[in-house]
Amino acid sequence: MSALKIKKGATKHSAYNLRPTFSEVEERHTLAILVENEPGVLARVIGLFSGRGYNIESLTVAEVDHTGHLSRITIVTTGTPQVIEQIKAQLGRIVPVYEVHDLTVEGPSVERELAIMKVVGTGEKRVEALRLADIFRANVVDSTLESFVFEITGVPEKIGAFADLMRPLGLTEIARTGVAALLRGD
Amino acid sequence: MKREMTGAGIVVQALKDQGVDVVFGYPGGAALPIYDEIFQQNDVRHILVRHEQGAIHAAEGYARSTGKIGVVLVTSGPGVTNTVTGLTDALLDSIPIVVLSAQVPTFLIGSDAFQEADTVGITRPCTKHNWLVKDTEKLASTLHEAFHVARSGRPGPVLVDIPKDVQFATGTYASAKPSASRYQPTVKGDMQEITELVAAMEKAKRPVFYTGGGVINSGPAASQLLRELVDATGFPVTSTLMGLGAYPASGKNWLGMLGMHGLYEANMAMHGCDLMINVGARFDDRITGLISAFSPKSTKAHIDIDPSSINKVIKADIPIVGDVGHVLEDILKVWKARGRKTNKEALGKWQSQISQWRKVECLAFTQGDKAIRPQHALARLQELTKDHDRYITTEVGQHQMWAAQHLGFEAPNRLMTSGGLGTMGYGFPSSIGVQMAHPDALVINVAGEASWLMNMQELGTVSQYNLPVKQFILNNERLGMVRQWQELLHGSRYSHSWSESLPDFVKLAEAFGIKGIICSDPADLDDALLEMINHDGPVVFDCLIEKHENCLPMIPSGKPHNQMMLNEDETAGAIQGAGGALV
Repeated sequence: MSALKIKKGATKHSAYNLRPTFSEVEERHTLAILVENEPGVLARVIGLFSGRGYNIESLTVAEVDHTGHLSRITIVTTGTPQVIEQIKAQLGRIVPVYEVHDLTVEGPSVERELAIMKVVGTGEKRVEALRLADIFRANVVDSTLESFVFEITGVPEKIGAFADLMRPLGLTEIARTGVAALLRGD
Repeated sequence: MKREMTGAGIVVQALKDQGVDVVFGYPGGAALPIYDEIFQQNDVRHILVRHEQGAIHAAEGYARSTGKIGVVLVTSGPGVTNTVTGLTDALLDSIPIVVLSAQVPTFLIGSDAFQEADTVGITRPCTKHNWLVKDTEKLASTLHEAFHVARSGRPGPVLVDIPKDVQFATGTYASAKPSASRYQPTVKGDMQEITELVAAMEKAKRPVFYTGGGVINSGPAASQLLRELVDATGFPVTSTLMGLGAYPASGKNWLGMLGMHGLYEANMAMHGCDLMINVGARFDDRITGLISAFSPKSTKAHIDIDPSSINKVIKADIPIVGDVGHVLEDILKVWKARGRKTNKEALGKWQSQISQWRKVECLAFTQGDKAIRPQHALARLQELTKDHDRYITTEVGQHQMWAAQHLGFEAPNRLMTSGGLGTMGYGFPSSIGVQMAHPDALVINVAGEASWLMNMQELGTVSQYNLPVKQFILNNERLGMVRQWQELLHGSRYSHSWSESLPDFVKLAEAFGIKGIICSDPADLDDALLEMINHDGPVVFDCLIEKHENCLPMIPSGKPHNQMMLNEDETAGAIQGAGGALV
């Protein structure tokens, strides 16, 4: 179903809830946006956020359907309910945007992020890093006598918690992918 | 139809197939192949402007006065960057425009070539959509899609950037297929919401229609349906600047324009209503005033084709996404089927309340025998032109608001003015586009001298094509609206708000072979106006007016609708606190 053909506001599952109850509390929402994979489409989406002063906590994008020329953009954003509704409606106006899904509203959804971290150290700190990695189900993907590179997958909070633990143990670099998310069930 | 032709040939063929009869443009190196094609045919007429900003405002005037798409052709680099103001203007006022811009050849893109600019990057935020075509095979379909996107849903400006090698190369031309586009916005409103609105209309004690540019953009049928609905229900109707003419100014339910410089009765009705029916307007800040005190006791229905307009500024109780024409038709159907009910007793009281507000006569003024007052100049213009087939364009500022207050618009597509962006310099080139579309009509640009000077180079275009546009310049030797705000907000310190070194407008017109008229005496005004109206050719009319007139009534920024300043005595200290930070 194209986002532009959604009977807007008609169902709870619509991307556009035209009768929201507005509160002033900021909420965190995960949006999944299906777009035509054409040059500049990411710039249009990002330009919308910067031009209208919306927040981006994380953003991931990749082609998901080569024959259909579709890319999926996952954006984690924050704002009051009125702002979140406005973001979704504004995204829906972009011509090559086909679908806008608010996974936080339409959910429950599965969210995952991948991170790789370099931890440099020797002796007891090195052993402790390895022990914690085991608890967090992080994998060692590179090792020298004085360093590890860990790969960890999970919700952003889990990755943040692992990074916090690694910091006193010699964390020197971290790269995170941002959130990828899908609705649960069929 | 499918056949092989050059990219430049495809451009011209696509214009013909899209029914384009006139293009406003300016040539340059990268656009030469297209200009060569233009030269070799007679179906599409090219109007050579004197500056690309003039081209796009002319196209806007053409589009707004016809309901058709305005087309602009410019070269790469400075050619297209000069259209950015017009693109933004058309985006904010929802005007369908197609800009065709030439680009350096594909193999030079990214090399900082001569007259290269990142056109799609620069125009991305100020178009509804834009395209860079790198393959001649995709040119025809992209051009047809561009026209489709510009006119569908909420109209707006689009741009197609065409590199020079793509213009030279050969590709296949195919005609437009209407079903080919994935872009198909919702036009039918939700029947459940429409029924809820009709139920609210049946019970409403103090209803008001608040209409906007969406009625005009929807087409003449929408204006007709609005008139039918207003007259059948007897509900009062007000409009934004963009919507003037959708309901006739002579209609008995007409309240006049609302908003910052709107009429007292219109704003009081908005403030006091219990049912507000927004038809194709967007709760712009010129309309709402202080949002927290905006129409506090009303149920608000909002009809808009763009879902992002709904709940953006004002929360809608009855939101209806759809095309105004379609939705009004359904409202009428449902309302008639349910027995054409209104709350007649309460409506009678509401109408007598409105009559009381009308008695304030917020637009009243007295013309003395010295300087011409701008209100008088426009009242006389109205009186002497009202029976003509008349189109009005305006620049931006005090004169624009006086024109909206004192001229009566009886039909849609008759007022072309820069509403959202407030672009000084819009009116003159816009009048050129209007005259191109309506060669026999009386086209008048109501201008201020400062705005008018911003695109006065278009005198050359007017002269070349002998377009009989009338430039009616209300000359107060001031940036009047800036001066007014400095008086209200900045202790009457008139920083750079006067027009020094003004030209002799009569001589300036004559230098282009155009008739010039100057008038400063109220006693001479009617004769001078008639001379302008009856002259078979373009006229520049320098109307010297009272220099310190303020545009009233006014809702001071940061104030609600029921706290209007009606006369000069109320202007002292009118804007205070946070209101001073608003624009």
